[in-house]
Amino acid sequence: MLYREAGQFSLHYADDRRFFRLRQDRLGLAALLTFAFVGVPLLGNDYWFSAILIPFLVLSLAGLGLNLLTGYAGQLSLGSAAFMAVGAFAAYNFELRVAGLPLLVSLLLGGLVAALVAIVFGLPSLRIKGFYLLVSTLAAQFFVQWALTRFSWFSNDSASGVISAPPLLVAGHDFSSPVGRYLLTLVVVSALFWLGANLVRSELGRNWMAVRDMDTAAAVIGIPLLKTKLLAFAISGFLLGIAGSLWAFTYLGTVEPHGFDLNRSFQILFIIIIGGLGSILGNFLGAAFIVLFPILLSNLAALLPAGLIDAGQVENLQKIVFGTLIIVFLIKEPEGLARLWQRFRERARRWPLRY
Amino acid sequence: MSNPPLLELEGINLSFKGVKAISDIGFRVAEGEICALIGPNGAGKSSLLNIINGVYQAQQGRIRFAGQERRAMQPHAAALGGIARTFQNIALFKGMSVLDNVLTGRNLKRRSSWLEQALRIGRAPAEDDRQRAAAERVIEFLRIQPWRDEIVGTLPYGLQKRVELARALAAEPRLLLLDEPMAGMNAQEKREMSRFIVEINREFGTTVVLIEHDIGVVMGISHHVVVLDYGRKIGDGTPEQVRHDPEVIAAYLGTRPAAA
Amino acid sequence: MEFFLEVLIGGLLAGVMYSLVAIGFVLIYKASGVFNFAQGAMVLFAALTFVSLLERGVPFWLAFIVTLAVMVALALAIERAVLRPLVGRSPITLFMATLGLAYIIEGAAQALWGAQVHGLELGISDEPLELGGLLLSQFDLFAAGTAAALVLLLSLLFNRTRIGLSLRAVADDPRAALAIGIRLPRVWAVVWAVAGFVGLVAGLLWGARLGVQFSLSLVVLKALPVLIIGGFTSISGAIVGGLIIGASEKLAEVYLGPIIGGGLENWFPYVLALLFLLVRPAGLFGERAIERV
Repeated sequence: MLYREAGQFSLHYADDRRFFRLRQDRLGLAALLTFAFVGVPLLGNDYWFSAILIPFLVLSLAGLGLNLLTGYAGQLSLGSAAFMAVGAFAAYNFELRVAGLPLLVSLLLGGLVAALVAIVFGLPSLRIKGFYLLVSTLAAQFFVQWALTRFSWFSNDSASGVISAPPLLVAGHDFSSPVGRYLLTLVVVSALFWLGANLVRSELGRNWMAVRDMDTAAAVIGIPLLKTKLLAFAISGFLLGIAGSLWAFTYLGTVEPHGFDLNRSFQILFIIIIGGLGSILGNFLGAAFIVLFPILLSNLAALLPAGLIDAGQVENLQKIVFGTLIIVFLIKEPEGLARLWQRFRERARRWPLRY
Repeated sequence: MSNPPLLELEGINLSFKGVKAISDIGFRVAEGEICALIGPNGAGKSSLLNIINGVYQAQQGRIRFAGQERRAMQPHAAALGGIARTFQNIALFKGMSVLDNVLTGRNLKRRSSWLEQALRIGRAPAEDDRQRAAAERVIEFLRIQPWRDEIVGTLPYGLQKRVELARALAAEPRLLLLDEPMAGMNAQEKREMSRFIVEINREFGTTVVLIEHDIGVVMGISHHVVVLDYGRKIGDGTPEQVRHDPEVIAAYLGTRPAAA
Repeated sequence: MEFFLEVLIGGLLAGVMYSLVAIGFVLIYKASGVFNFAQGAMVLFAALTFVSLLERGVPFWLAFIVTLAVMVALALAIERAVLRPLVGRSPITLFMATLGLAYIIEGAAQALWGAQVHGLELGISDEPLELGGLLLSQFDLFAAGTAAALVLLLSLLFNRTRIGLSLRAVADDPRAALAIGIRLPRVWAVVWAVAGFVGLVAGLLWGARLGVQFSLSLVVLKALPVLIIGGFTSISGAIVGGLIIGASEKLAEVYLGPIIGGGLENWFPYVLALLFLLVRPAGLFGERAIERV
């Protein structure tokens, strides 16, 4: 009943290629975007911006980056945090050393540097398949972390290796307030998601999925494996690099290698597993889960009689629950929350009918 | 033969770690004909197909395709040259939809870059329409429209085989290699598939080389038959000639040919 | 020259410790086809259980047996709850499941036993021994001896017993093994239990060396380069790989470290393994997968 689909036909191929073929879905998206750009800034408070919305947006973007590489192109990677770190440090250094460079350009350049590094560590994917590829991305993870700490040039020779983020000035406007940081992040993330969504529906996206599903067949029908795999690494690195810059500039306010360690790489991998491999929406769902779940858990623990579960234990409990959820999702719903959402939507389309 | 040979194999020898799979095979395929490769299991038919489109490289021999002579074919060169194929164990991209699978078949016809497509600018939108139209023509031809958006992995076997054929056709090939296109099909499905193959040959002029076990089908639709046994060629000619060849009969029935 | 030899041998002996952990991986990979990321967590869990029992005054051998029993129980639980539902899925899916498993075991270990470091005394003196003019650690020699004994035991298990034959069959093709009547759950349980045992031994040795603490689970990750060089399916490969990684890591640290900077050992083994992979994608002793189209 909500979805009166009668009469909605695609008259042109271009209509069929839209993200949302049904008018109701497009209205829903428009409403969501309006809410995000206008409603939230008016209604939200600083805590929500700084502690929940910004990390949610940035982690969604990071998830998208990894999802393109692992979910669509099938190249397993544990180096996501390293590429984020490269992006953050590169953007920081560009801002610092090139006078008058606009902030957005620095972000872009940081992303490009991350893309280059990703290509280097992605080259082995041409000889090595599947699971062994892990070692290349692990090498990236450890090497990058070591290099950024070891060579103080990257952190502008600061004594502690920790530096504060540059001022967030875009076109003369200051975006450093919580609302400002939220809007800046929202704009960047929306733009990149639009790009990502176009990509997965384009020929490159199909080539990625072909390489993922059966690369020998892909080669035989003429898909260039070298270019396809390297582009996956490059674009994934680019998105992760920008996510890293945003993480440092708009969320943390500092640029440090410590926050981009192996645990972060795992976190992003969990986001895409729980959210759904090979899905765009899944990145948002997974990131929302990763951001909200610990908060939920601490709040629940706070409700219980004092002393039953102390603070340290909450963290352990979190680990246990995460691990369990990963396994449960892999067994029951390998396509993650995105698939659950899809099933829900399908029922909504038919409602109140059953079939 | 009035047409010049589109494909010519000469002196092909193939071994896997000392095991000889193909011994000194050579034959010609004329343009526009349907050529069937038959023979008992393990005779080397699939390996021969793999050599033609470059999945395997023969240790010895030469391949002449579309006027170009090579020592061995490479997969990308084969695809570019207009050779498309289907596989014995369906090599579809199981996670993608039928339409997407067919569209991958058209990847060599693209001119716009990935960046243009990502930003939806330049040559991309118009080209997307053209590719979709071409894919739809193939889908219509093979009558798989109702399953256009279904994920290939969920489709029944017979339909998957048709989708694989669609993907190969989408590339508008000059030479179509079909590896047991009717394996596992019932009589009606076989008739349908045979009709498709004949139509493809007649309407588009595509040269077809197919591996097939069903002798009825082979005799019914092919112009030219090549018989293999234990990696050697034991028969080569029209269906009529081959059917009466004593060595061929012996290979299939297992009797020794009488000493000449 | 003497210094070089000492560093080299020290590295080799350290490598033996890596091999011990790697052997656990190989066992599970051979039988279940999965790279068990949770191996490190299991090693840690074994060591923690053992140490905690010791601290409560339980005698050494009893603690050993109890811990072994716990590991076996853990193995059975894993087989039931995680492996069985995921039969036939892709290796990447299985790997990700073991990742989840690692988190569970780590969280549980920390919840049960706390986060402090526990010292572990195995009664082996740490005094250096002099052999042929070189100073060698007694502990390292003991570890090497243990590893050798373990390898011998495992080879006997794999090659001379019926269960060993079943293990190899399952490693080759689980579905075919099912078809000829091999009880997969039983085989998996045995393998994971043996891996648990190996993990316990490795955990004890590593724990004695480093103290029983959480960085132990990071040792896991070092096993990956070991396996890549040695091949995922060979125990001898795990030994050789461990030796190579141990030696090269030590040598790099001592000779390259002063030039490039400290902390080399964090990434050197991985880069080494990477370069190796480019040359030999299946490792020294591993099997090349044949893909039929």
